[in-house]
Amino acid sequence: MPIERTTIVTLGCVLGGAVLLAGLNLFAPAASPLHVPDFAISLVGKYLCYAILALSVDLVWGYVGILTLGHAAFFALGGYAMGMYLMREIGARGVYANPTLPDFMIFIGWNKLPWYWYGSEHFWLALLMVVLVPGVLAGVFGWFAFRSRVSGVYLSIITQALTYALMLAFFRNDMGFGGNNGMTDFKDILGVPLNRESTSVGLMLITAGVLSAAFLLARAMTRSRFGKVLVAVRDAESRTRFLGYRPESYKLVVWVVSAVIAGIGGALYVPQVGIINPSEFAPANSIEAVIWVAVGGRGTLSGAILGAVLVNLGKTWLTSALPEVWLFAMGGLFIFVTLFLPRGIIGLFVGRRSAVGPARESAAEEAAAREAAE
Amino acid sequence: MSDGSVLYLDGVTVSFDGFKALNELSLVLEPGEMRAVIGPNGAGKTTMMDVITGKTRPDAGRVIFGDDIDLTRLDEPAIARLGIGRKFQRPTVFEPLSVRDNLLLSLTGDRSPRFALWARETAEERRRLDGLLATIRLSAERDQRAADLSHGQKQWLEIGMLLAQEPRLLLVDEPVAGMTDAETAETVELLREINRTRSVVVVEHDMAFVRALGVKVTVLHEGSVLAEGSIDAIQDNPRVVEVYLGR
Repeated sequence: MPIERTTIVTLGCVLGGAVLLAGLNLFAPAASPLHVPDFAISLVGKYLCYAILALSVDLVWGYVGILTLGHAAFFALGGYAMGMYLMREIGARGVYANPTLPDFMIFIGWNKLPWYWYGSEHFWLALLMVVLVPGVLAGVFGWFAFRSRVSGVYLSIITQALTYALMLAFFRNDMGFGGNNGMTDFKDILGVPLNRESTSVGLMLITAGVLSAAFLLARAMTRSRFGKVLVAVRDAESRTRFLGYRPESYKLVVWVVSAVIAGIGGALYVPQVGIINPSEFAPANSIEAVIWVAVGGRGTLSGAILGAVLVNLGKTWLTSALPEVWLFAMGGLFIFVTLFLPRGIIGLFVGRRSAVGPARESAAEEAAAREAAE
Repeated sequence: MSDGSVLYLDGVTVSFDGFKALNELSLVLEPGEMRAVIGPNGAGKTTMMDVITGKTRPDAGRVIFGDDIDLTRLDEPAIARLGIGRKFQRPTVFEPLSVRDNLLLSLTGDRSPRFALWARETAEERRRLDGLLATIRLSAERDQRAADLSHGQKQWLEIGMLLAQEPRLLLVDEPVAGMTDAETAETVELLREINRTRSVVVVEHDMAFVRALGVKVTVLHEGSVLAEGSIDAIQDNPRVVEVYLGR
């Protein structure tokens, strides 16, 4: 079956590619043309984090039709949870040499750790928060939104408002998360210096492993009976109600899982890029993530990963070669893909029948029109 | 009052912005009965279906299912789980899923996400699916995407999905709209077959079809029952003639 092949190819590319690049970085002599420079390793690590975010977007957009324009919020929250731990790891090595308080708190005149920073020096607690904070926020948000049957463009607008509100909140210094500078100058993670090259290789490999695990989890979910109900809800929500399903509970489960995956992606991102600040909440970031998924192929999971890596490769190249062109290029790409590649790049390779991709546009529109008329 | 009836609508009123879509509508359906509901556009036929299936909540009145279940307190999934199935006018199937999966999702059983996440197909489910596929004559198309079926096959698939729910009461909205005479005749047969084990309410415009069904007819007009009886009695009723011709 082609879908099995896609799964194997995807895992092979992610894991095999990561191990190959790591090996060429560590063991190929610096003079060799095969040597992979350090900056490339951290770029790949970053792309893989974006791929995790894209995967989480595809899970909700591709399979249950929630066009989220605020998923970077969960990514950033996971990042902040990790950033708090990394801040505390600095300890007395900060500019103000305070063993407990991060520099930015001293800078704004605080002399005591706020309650919500308690325990942030523990790595295990950071990991717990990486999962809990995006998960609980998504749970509360989704519970209200899906129960009141907010859907379509209205839901998209609320997700956008959510990330925008968080951005404004995190910009404030008295939130206690470093205001507009955010958190940076991290020294080490679990006692391992972050500036060592083997650390970035290790983080990149861990990210590839987490991405593969998230991919397998998402794949198992979408191929189960649960996943079939998701697709049914996406294309004919009111029909599922008359069959006795509660679409809101299905949406809530997949929404929370997706938010947690995004949060984990963010937590892996922060130690690799060395900074987290409120601009990660910017609405444009969430929209970019949607474009990655559209380019790669919505509702395929593999396409999300492919799209995230390819678009970001293009972005890295274009923003250094022709920085002023990038936004136009991305907009043009989105229009091109929507018009000419509705099933994304992956649609070019995988047969039409194997993927449970979105219904043809006409059928989806018909269903929408019918629901509106009812 | 509802003793022995499968469905009992008692003084149901629904208004939208002052317009009364249903006006103290009362109706009793006996177990095993098939009832045809007719009426001009805007008579309240679809609103009545919406009230029974929980899509619309009435301003006043009760809707009693079986002995003592008040449907007005429940939402769509809860009502569906009680055993009330609804067929829409246009066939609504899950297009990207296979014919078989469409039926699988419709089989009676646990509807919770937790169950669906871990569900494995059982031998009993396979047996029921094979039976259903044979009934709706789609055994050969079982692995096809529902999107690739013809219009008629989709209608059959949707009926199969309703049968998979094993409803006690089936609501059918304009089942023969856009059908050829041959297909209409076949649908009459199918509804009769379904009616052997379940109560059925059919909403329809097509008088020839209603006549072919040969069941008790309820005429709705401006949200209330205008007349009730056999098709012949209805067609001779001067008030019914006035409503239909006065339009």
